[in-house]
Amino acid sequence: MPTRPDIEAVAEEVFTALADSSRRAILAALAAGGPATATDLATRLPITRQAIAKHLALLAEAGLVAAEPGERRRVRYRLRSAPMQVAQQFLAALARDWDRQLDALQEHLNTLAADRPARTKKAKERS
Amino acid sequence: MGFPDRIERTVEIAHPPARVWAALTTAEGLGSWFGNAATIDLRPGGAAQLTWTDGQKASMRIERVEEPTVFGYTWGIYGLPDDDPRHTYVEFTLVPTGTGTRLTVVETGFAQLPDDEYRTAFGANTDGWAHELGELVEYLDANAA
Repeated sequence: MPTRPDIEAVAEEVFTALADSSRRAILAALAAGGPATATDLATRLPITRQAIAKHLALLAEAGLVAAEPGERRRVRYRLRSAPMQVAQQFLAALARDWDRQLDALQEHLNTLAADRPARTKKAKERS
Repeated sequence: MGFPDRIERTVEIAHPPARVWAALTTAEGLGSWFGNAATIDLRPGGAAQLTWTDGQKASMRIERVEEPTVFGYTWGIYGLPDDDPRHTYVEFTLVPTGTGTRLTVVETGFAQLPDDEYRTAFGANTDGWAHELGELVEYLDANAA
């Protein structure tokens, strides 16, 4: 599976990006307010313009934001969702709680058995 | 190496397979232990839907129906858009035991690759962005003066 490391690498870049509070703030600002220039972001966030430019370059290289031409030839940065969705796959696997679901299934079956001869749970609730 | 593709659990249930099967494959069963309500068209290719009182929904496509031993369906990955092509496959296997049922659930596909469109986006990104950004910055610097 030569392609497997690719999604690993993508997920890792997302989590690395998110591990830094300034980069989280930049990504959050782009998610909340749409594409913005480094200058826009500097006015909105408590981060210097130089630091923002540095983080944006890193995020762009990782494919998490895309640079695009904006008004008056200023570069705007847009959040790219594809890598986030790969990270989401990873999180979904961690968040899938089959243990809890299977406990609920057992409890459901025990309740049904205890309810006999009542036909259904609803029949019992109505009585 | 950390990307989990497959989740597997086995539980011993003190009820016969027919009961477990009904809980897994009927709207009444699914709407009791899994969702708060459910609909199901129990045949390969049929649709099922779970809904919860908080407004969440899960849509499934039934893939395998071999009463009372195998029930399989595909559904979307939590958190991804509804139209995302990535889906996981869930399969329940029921084996009768002396005291009830051994139920195994396997869910696979969490680590599947994005479709070609996404893959192209990733590939293009690694090749080009650093270079293009460099050119753009040079261009802007030249024009700012």
